[in-house]
Amino acid sequence: MAASRLFWRTSGVKSSLTGLTGGVHSSLGLTLLKLYPDCTAKPKTQRRHAAHFTFHPDPVTTQYGPTQKMNLFQSVTSALDNTLASDPTAVIFGEDVAFGGVFRCTVGLRDKYGKDRVFNTPLCEQGIVGFGIGAAVAGATAIAEIQFADYIYPAFDQIVNEAAKYRYRSGNMFDCGKLTIRSPWGCVGHGSLYHSQSPEAFFAHCPGIKIVVPRGPVQAKGLLLSCIDDQNPCIFFEPKILYRAAVEQVPTEAYHIPLSQAEVLQEGSDLTLVAWGTQVHVMREVAAMAQEKLGVSCELIDLQTILPWDKETVCKSVVKTGRLLVSHEAPVTGGFAAEISSTVQVRSRSHESEIDQGLLPECVLCRRSVSSTWRLPSVGFVGMIRPSRTSLSPSTSQISGSASRPSSA
Amino acid sequence: MAAVRSVKKLYGVGLRAIRQNTALRGTTLLQQRSFRVGRALGQQTFDTSAEKPQFPGASAEFIDHLEFIQPNVISGIPVYRVMDRQGQIINPSEDPQLPKETVLNFYQKMTLLNTMDRILYESQRQGRISFYMTNYGEEGTHIGSAAALDPADLVFGQYREAGVLMYRGFPLDMFMAQCYANADDLGKGRQMPVHYGSKDLNFVTISSPLATQIPQAAGAAYAVKRENTNRVVICYFGEGAASEGDAHAGFNFSTTLECPLIFFCRNNGYAISTPTNEQYRGDGIAARGPGYGLMSIRVDGNDVFAVYNATKEARRRAVAENQPFLIEAMTYRIGHHSTSDDSSAYRSVDEVNYWDKQDHPISRLRHYMTARGWWDEDEERAWRKQSRKLVMVAFEKAERRLKPHPDLMFTDVYDEMTPEIVKQKEAMWRHVQQYKEHYPLDLYEK
Repeated sequence: MAASRLFWRTSGVKSSLTGLTGGVHSSLGLTLLKLYPDCTAKPKTQRRHAAHFTFHPDPVTTQYGPTQKMNLFQSVTSALDNTLASDPTAVIFGEDVAFGGVFRCTVGLRDKYGKDRVFNTPLCEQGIVGFGIGAAVAGATAIAEIQFADYIYPAFDQIVNEAAKYRYRSGNMFDCGKLTIRSPWGCVGHGSLYHSQSPEAFFAHCPGIKIVVPRGPVQAKGLLLSCIDDQNPCIFFEPKILYRAAVEQVPTEAYHIPLSQAEVLQEGSDLTLVAWGTQVHVMREVAAMAQEKLGVSCELIDLQTILPWDKETVCKSVVKTGRLLVSHEAPVTGGFAAEISSTVQVRSRSHESEIDQGLLPECVLCRRSVSSTWRLPSVGFVGMIRPSRTSLSPSTSQISGSASRPSSA
Repeated sequence: MAAVRSVKKLYGVGLRAIRQNTALRGTTLLQQRSFRVGRALGQQTFDTSAEKPQFPGASAEFIDHLEFIQPNVISGIPVYRVMDRQGQIINPSEDPQLPKETVLNFYQKMTLLNTMDRILYESQRQGRISFYMTNYGEEGTHIGSAAALDPADLVFGQYREAGVLMYRGFPLDMFMAQCYANADDLGKGRQMPVHYGSKDLNFVTISSPLATQIPQAAGAAYAVKRENTNRVVICYFGEGAASEGDAHAGFNFSTTLECPLIFFCRNNGYAISTPTNEQYRGDGIAARGPGYGLMSIRVDGNDVFAVYNATKEARRRAVAENQPFLIEAMTYRIGHHSTSDDSSAYRSVDEVNYWDKQDHPISRLRHYMTARGWWDEDEERAWRKQSRKLVMVAFEKAERRLKPHPDLMFTDVYDEMTPEIVKQKEAMWRHVQQYKEHYPLDLYEK
């Protein structure tokens, strides 16, 4: 059964790719299929499970001029197009960007702007980033693509030891502020270990760079243009699962969404939810479920910029609600939720907040401390909410049931 | 000597191997195909009638017998030199015939560097500065290459290229200021000594991680090419740093992207304590060049004219042809790796003395000058005294200067201070004010 399943799937793929010479392979597959009559055309076990989350588009914005329907990769192309048009020094490079990119983010740009401005590099991430740093130092607007964030690690030395420190170590005589690194990021469902990673926490520990993660096409274009114009080296992570799934009306002209400003997407009074990228849409669903099933009013914040992050907005919200839940795809230990929660703890001068682990394998929630005389925010962070299922811990009933909430500090 | 003989033998073997191969194929020559950036898809026309490989990945001939290429088939890439060890010109047509003032300037810059090295090394030993690296024995590589460049050419260095800065006119005050990390330091006192940089002199600030500058130089050269200003970028590194992945990345990017770039490798025999036979097994760095499609040459780094000639020609062609060049300058690190190193632990004093006495770039140039009557004992004595005085004046001034203002610990992390960094700065000052008796604020600018 397994063997025939394998052949069924691969024969399907091959016949689409090799129109000319795939004959031999697809006929072998079909033959095997016929030998195993139990394999029906649509067997139940062979359906792939699609990721379960719903993308929530932003309302149409009129403040930036005329808009056009675009998905996330098209909004990236649009931003790059605007940049290449207005900045003659701008160049885009990385693996496979010349033909349009493995995620189609650079389609059409080489033909439009020339092969000296949109070009492939050899397969070498440390070289791509090092080259980008040098081009930026020499005055070019350098936009480097790392094909998957999972492959950014060979460039870690160049990013952390060089890009981040260029201005500081040279006494501001030299800098690589004109460098932007773009990279597909996050879970896509089938990506497994090496096409799904969210490495923002590794870089958050590095002063001197900026890290940005958009939640949709409108944000992506505005934030990417801000990264490109920003005079510090920026890493722009693009949630790959949203490349096609996220469609919005996106302004065709250039516009900027400011960095280091978190956005409150939905106001609430009982709990602050913080997320970035894909998880923002999961959290929207969580907020709706919490309201419907538990009567809990959630305030949802899209952090957008991971470094430097908008502490004021988050802390202000937690002061109001008294509870915080941060959700991200990356591993729990040392994940960026740890930074947010520790900052919020310190800021609120709390002393007795318990972290309760292990109620669910993927969720870590916090129970409120006992005494109602203490002004204590509750802090929890979720290591991983998988897009395929979302669930709230039974202990949330304790949260909604508990008596006091801190008054504003 | 035995090494030279065996190298020659290997070279002979290699030549024979090449001759054998070409004999088999009769009159057909090895084809050379140049790959251009932006080669459109489908340009390769398939010619299945000819018995030639059609692979897109390499152009070659077929061969019908099994034979591995010996690594040293091009072994002993010869060492280009202009002067012998006594400073006499060997082939007069290679003499760059530089005017007397230029040659005297070469000599004075090399010796001034040497003097500054002695004094600053000593000052570290006395606890006045924290760290130092000398350039003993490699002054020829610095001066010869720097003189062949245009002042506008961008320099990426490793850490043992102070002579390039000195040649370009970096003041002694500024060298000292960086080593002392005082308030005059252009780098604002943030880095260890010898991590020089100068925007005005187009010398990118040195960083400690090795070889990181190599792919950066390729990127800078690409940007410079697009500017169309006939500038070149030069990238210095040692033979040890050439083992880093970044070096491979830089070489490969520079050729595929057609960058006007000079790679200048100072092969000085040691990477701290690691000798070259533990650093690589091939024929040095120059032999790697052809593997990347790089024009490559090996020169006598202790012959300032050879270095000058090679760099000059590489520069001319890099700009004209938009391709990178690799120069491997063979030399010897006479000093310790740094003040944290005692090289007697891994090499003999005899070996060091040989290079110091028998094959030193400064003495070879001096012989050249004295042979022409451009220099003598009196001038030598006078110059030594004067150069020492110049260095001491700068030294004493640097010693007296205050350290940079503590606020400068917090600026330039980003172009503008973030709110978080401002908070950290304020926290620092609150702490220092509270415990000021523990902090020597008098040493710092107010």
